[in-house]
Amino acid sequence: MPAPIRLRELIRTIRTARTQAEEREMIQKECAAIRSSFREEDNTYRCRNVAKLLYMHMLGYPAHFGQLECLKLIASQKFTDKRIGYLGAMLLLDERQDVHLLMTNCIKNDLNHSTQYVQGLALCTLGCMGSSEMCRDLAGEVEKLLKTSNSYLRKKAALCAVHVIRKVPELMEMFLPATKNLLSEKNHGVLHTSVVLLTEMCERSPDMLLHFRKVWLLVPQLVRILKNLIMSGYSPEHDVSGISDPFLQVRILRLLRILGRSDDDSSEAMNDILAQVATNTETSKNVGNAILYETVLTIMDIKSESGLRVLAINILGRFLLNNDKNIRYVALTSLLKTVQTDHNAVQRHRSTIVDCLKDLDVSIKRRAMELSFALVNGNNIRGMMKELLYFLDSCDPEFKADCASGVFLAAEKYAPSKRWHIDTIMRVLTTAGSYVRDDSVPNLIQLITNSVEMHAYTVQRLYKALLDDISQQPLVQVSSWCIGEYGDLLVSGQCEEEEPIQVTEDEVLDVLEGLLVSNLSTPVTRGYSLTAIMKLSTRFSSVNRIKKVVSIYGSSIDVELQQRAVEYNALFKKYDHMRPALLERMPIMEKTASNGPTEIMQTNGETEPSVPDTKHLPLVTQPANQANDLLDLLGGNDVMPVIQTTLPTKPASAGGELLDLLGDLSLSGGLAPAPSVPVSQPPFLLDGLSSQPLFNDTSAAIPPMTAYSKNGLKIEFTFERANPNPNIAVITIHATNTTEADMTEFVFQAAVPKTFQLQLLSPSSNIVPALNQGSVTQVIRVLNPQKQQLRMRVKLTYTHKGSPVQDLAEVNNFPPQSWQ
Amino acid sequence: MQFMLLFSRQGKLRLQKWYVPLSDKERKKISRDLVQTILARKPKMCSFLEWRDLKIVYKRYASLYFCCAVEDQDNELITLEIIHRYVELLDKYFGSVCELDIIFNFEKAYFILDEFLLGGEAQETSKKNVLKAIEQADLLQEVCGLCPR
Repeated sequence: MPAPIRLRELIRTIRTARTQAEEREMIQKECAAIRSSFREEDNTYRCRNVAKLLYMHMLGYPAHFGQLECLKLIASQKFTDKRIGYLGAMLLLDERQDVHLLMTNCIKNDLNHSTQYVQGLALCTLGCMGSSEMCRDLAGEVEKLLKTSNSYLRKKAALCAVHVIRKVPELMEMFLPATKNLLSEKNHGVLHTSVVLLTEMCERSPDMLLHFRKVWLLVPQLVRILKNLIMSGYSPEHDVSGISDPFLQVRILRLLRILGRSDDDSSEAMNDILAQVATNTETSKNVGNAILYETVLTIMDIKSESGLRVLAINILGRFLLNNDKNIRYVALTSLLKTVQTDHNAVQRHRSTIVDCLKDLDVSIKRRAMELSFALVNGNNIRGMMKELLYFLDSCDPEFKADCASGVFLAAEKYAPSKRWHIDTIMRVLTTAGSYVRDDSVPNLIQLITNSVEMHAYTVQRLYKALLDDISQQPLVQVSSWCIGEYGDLLVSGQCEEEEPIQVTEDEVLDVLEGLLVSNLSTPVTRGYSLTAIMKLSTRFSSVNRIKKVVSIYGSSIDVELQQRAVEYNALFKKYDHMRPALLERMPIMEKTASNGPTEIMQTNGETEPSVPDTKHLPLVTQPANQANDLLDLLGGNDVMPVIQTTLPTKPASAGGELLDLLGDLSLSGGLAPAPSVPVSQPPFLLDGLSSQPLFNDTSAAIPPMTAYSKNGLKIEFTFERANPNPNIAVITIHATNTTEADMTEFVFQAAVPKTFQLQLLSPSSNIVPALNQGSVTQVIRVLNPQKQQLRMRVKLTYTHKGSPVQDLAEVNNFPPQSWQ
Repeated sequence: MQFMLLFSRQGKLRLQKWYVPLSDKERKKISRDLVQTILARKPKMCSFLEWRDLKIVYKRYASLYFCCAVEDQDNELITLEIIHRYVELLDKYFGSVCELDIIFNFEKAYFILDEFLLGGEAQETSKKNVLKAIEQADLLQEVCGLCPR
């Protein structure tokens, strides 16, 4: 059997292949040769063959049949074999296959080898690809080597320990004693790897961290080492562009960061050295900037004093001006992290950040954009928005969606005026219209609706935009909606903000119909435009044209469109009397929770009156009087008594509670013990009482209503007009109880706004029987001279299954006929 | 560091060092996709990018791209220095290193890397010491067929 060809020979041969097929052929041939050589258990050339296999593996060809051979090489005595064997193991073996466990014993032996380079190979392999099982088995060996005086091995053992801890965190403790003395080494390799090991331990175990901080006093130690590095003279061995061992400096700074985080004392102890590094590090080369970068990260993360923080931000600011784009990149990344906590300091660099929007690099642009949005506030909104909109115009498509969203959010939070807000949104829709998120259409519609004074301006601008371009769907949808709503303003040329355009109804309908037929319109857009056309039927005079359009689409293939058209058709035919009401102007919409506070949200001018108002006629509760008393009182008596309800329980305080319930009252105690309370009211009672029985039947004209229904108690109101005085509504309450237990001591109390007057007659009883077996009725008379909308607040108290129940409710659903 | 890849301008892999456990198939996929992404970048772009929730640091030296995937907390700028240090080591060892050296002596490139980094972290910050160790190991390889036990 001829000797297998040498590695270099093979590489040369394979590289001469001109096609992929040729290469594959060569590889297959060689693999076959290698396979037979492996079968023959040839020790001499195994190393060479595996090396060739590794080369072919790198080209992408399968090499799994070499795995066992690697293990054999590792077990060999020859250093050459071991070198290739371990390399092969790291490349071909993978901890998910059990095969790798066969290595464990070899590695164990090699860890104890007399030659440090063999030990080194074993440590390296274990630290690179050791599985958890292997780590568990060999942790002891690693720990032993951590204590050796041989720095070559010690540094490797430290990193191997890091890997072991990552794989088997529970083993961390066993390395603790050996780690203690690592920092007293002079050897930089050992120092560096020790710092890495300590960092790993701190990150994994808060207890360790505390231990290092308090017991080992790690911070002063590290500060000292760092100081020596900086202060010591030129050391050729570790020098990089004039800086002594930057790798070690960076790792120490990182460990300091972890130790100083949320600990005042540690942070103070490292304050000086951080300031020193920050000011004295040479910044002309990447190496110096790498150290500064790490320093800044540390300063921002620990509890540093404000002077130091400002220093850090300024360093970042200088980074932003650096020619090196890598430096600009890290600066923007760091600023993004700190913008929340040190907002003002970052603001100072705003113009530089905005300039970065024009950078050529995609990552820098993205960061600059994110940072710019974070820096927008009420003061700089106009300027910033100009830049951001310009960016939106020219940026890559991948940014447009995020940028558009950002613009909307910022505009919502800080818009200086309504007009500016609408203009900004229009600008976004026209430049990046196809990239805006779906919810921006309804949000914008809401905004437009609520900016009442801008309606004419808005619809005009949107109309003009439609004339230019109908391809951007969100814009088209919003425009259609607006034209549908405010088309009347459009044709009447009412715009104040800018020169009103002259447009006829037909022109507007042309545009909307154009949307319906255009290929560019999506089904959703078509829906918008059809509805808009329909709405114009109450705003425009060319109703016939609209009717025609709507009827055409009654047979549209698009089901949604067809349904709309058919319904609108029906609206024209059978329900024409409802059409105006249905197609009325939209009211102000309630803003649901959005991402930011909306300061520009306005109501339509009037504030909702609070219900009910403070002063009103309370119901004063008193011990019972029978209906008979009424007749007595009626005898020509001017003074109007207030008829009381029966109240089995505490009288006065109950009334007081009612007073509380209804807000502050200027009525004094007001609970006269006598049944007839002299109140200076117009004698409406006389009017009312003369005609109506207490228990009345409902008038057909006014439908009854359920005023309250809760916990099994239902109270229905039935109405009748008191004939002599149409301003008086007579309401009878019917209280029923669906629960299994009676509601006893039932008391119904009511209060009305101050423009009304109320009288409550005595109830039929104060027990609401269970399971609807009966009801309690009571008459309320309400005088409503101003014919205002009737509102009432009721208080219910009763005892149910032994426990007292109390409830308050507002009754607002009175039918219009009861008070009109 | 999670992994380091060296590849040519044509996308051919010259060295791949993995510090995280992944199957051969996964490694192939990652290499292929990442190489494509980096080759597509223009020269003016910066050396850092975010790729599939990894931080990538890369730099081109002549015809070879050196590309590392680092952890979130790792300092990108110092990673550039690590890459540079490795190139310097190769340069010192091979004497004005070029891509061909790495192609024909790929196993040596690995050995040098394994003296500089271990488990993804730098084990030796002195150039001199790394080169000394390699030299000694090479000597051992040459001199002794058998290692004393």
